Amino acid sequence: MSFSAPAAVKPEPAVISDSAAPRRVGRALDDLSLGFRRWRLPVALAQLDIRNRYRGSVLGPMWLTLSTAVTFLALGFLYSTLFKMDLHDYLPFLVVSLILWNVFSQVISEACTSLTSAEGIIRQMPLPFTVHALRCLMRNAVIAAHNLPLILVVFLIFGINPGLVALLAIPGMLLFVLNAFALVMFLGMLCARFRDIGPIVNTVTQLAFFISPVIWKPELLQERQVWLVLNPAFDLMEVVRGPLLGQPPGLMIWAAAMLITAVVCGLSFAFFVRFRGRIAFWV
Amino acid sequence: MPHILAERLTIAFPLYHVGARSLKKRLMASTIPRLRTDGSNRVVVAALNDLSFDIRSGERVALVGHNGAGKTTLLRTLAGVYEPVAGRLEVEGRIGSLIDPSAGMDVDATGRENIVLRGLFRGLDQKRSEEMAVEAGAFSGLGEFLDVPMRTYSAGMQVRLSFAIATLMQPEVLLMDEWFSAGDADFMARAQQRLEELVQKAEILVLASHNMQAVRAWCTRAIRLQGGRIVADGPVEQVLAEMEPPAAG
Repeated sequence: MSFSAPAAVKPEPAVISDSAAPRRVGRALDDLSLGFRRWRLPVALAQLDIRNRYRGSVLGPMWLTLSTAVTFLALGFLYSTLFKMDLHDYLPFLVVSLILWNVFSQVISEACTSLTSAEGIIRQMPLPFTVHALRCLMRNAVIAAHNLPLILVVFLIFGINPGLVALLAIPGMLLFVLNAFALVMFLGMLCARFRDIGPIVNTVTQLAFFISPVIWKPELLQERQVWLVLNPAFDLMEVVRGPLLGQPPGLMIWAAAMLITAVVCGLSFAFFVRFRGRIAFWV
Repeated sequence: MPHILAERLTIAFPLYHVGARSLKKRLMASTIPRLRTDGSNRVVVAALNDLSFDIRSGERVALVGHNGAGKTTLLRTLAGVYEPVAGRLEVEGRIGSLIDPSAGMDVDATGRENIVLRGLFRGLDQKRSEEMAVEAGAFSGLGEFLDVPMRTYSAGMQVRLSFAIATLMQPEVLLMDEWFSAGDADFMARAQQRLEELVQKAEILVLASHNMQAVRAWCTRAIRLQGGRIVADGPVEQVLAEMEPPAAG
């Protein structure tokens, strides 16, 4: 009954923690790199999460696609009547906006529980905390993958071809994902320490939904449109949505989105470096 | 060379989600003040206080003491879960921990999936994890139940699976908390044999236990904790003899 010791389990066999020389930055970087190198684990965990969520259901995650499609149909007709807009013009905008917004708000809301829900694991085995953040991200990526094809379907139905400009959505998506990762790390820690943050975050997200041009077009603001660049949710969404709809955003918005990414990543990393060692006590 | 070295190791838990005021009475009443409020008015438990010890290759160490003495916290700290608040800790060697066998298990997944998942948790690749599933599956003796969700298992079956998964390793530093009790007689006999193999092969064993029989059988040295401090450290018989009253097996 012997099982040869796998060499890959612990690359550095020595655990040295010295409170006099905490090596905080080095440990935070180790955490990130080990977490990414072990990407198989978060992928497997995310798959299990999705499967557990839809256990016993016939359509499974396809329900996501279906319910989103039905929502679009209803909202598209309602709003185009309410706002007196041409369905051909409005529905593609709404579909792209809502799908992106749903990904965004879902990631943010699950970020708040990304560490607290892994309490059992965190307190029993030393695992890079990055793994828990990646698990949350992968899970949402799978969910997003069930909704994104709807964009294509709507474009086909309405005969919309954004052209090569749509390729600009790729760097936009990259910024989006970077922000999502940094936010999951940051909110996961913050919500583990302060249990009131979760509800606050959800309230803010909901508020942001109404004050950002998600279901209403930015043009409705007329000359005050220029101020939208101050809304980080708008900037991050526009760098993906604009190219997809064939209207690439201006340099100002790109610059704002990059600035936001830098700030969010910097803040998140600084917080992670400082408090990584405390997470096990918080959850 | 595997070794463990602790110098003035201290772990303090802040109790974040407990009102400081409600704990004031307990503070007044407790004989050894382990709860104190720190500068920012948080309640802090001194779980481990100023521990210094050195465990060398070949040593078999038992952690003894009453409930809440800090045995499990010390094991978790050695495993790398908690980072010391003060002091220094050095653990060299491949660590295997048998602290909580069910950690990271998913009751909705099948037994086999859980074994593979545990392999991934340990950093093995998919192929090795699947090999592990074959071996652990055979040892658990679950047969066809290996492919149904763990939710349907009896308590005994869950323990058998946990045990099979947890002991499928060859650590140099084995950290063990006493936890196994269920399982039928046949399985317990095999489990005993397997544990003994594991203990024998490990260079260092640290066992937290109330079972003095197991401590006497397996350990050469005992560290007695009380209130998060070391009150005795020495050969098993000497430390156990000092313990009052004779602890029930």
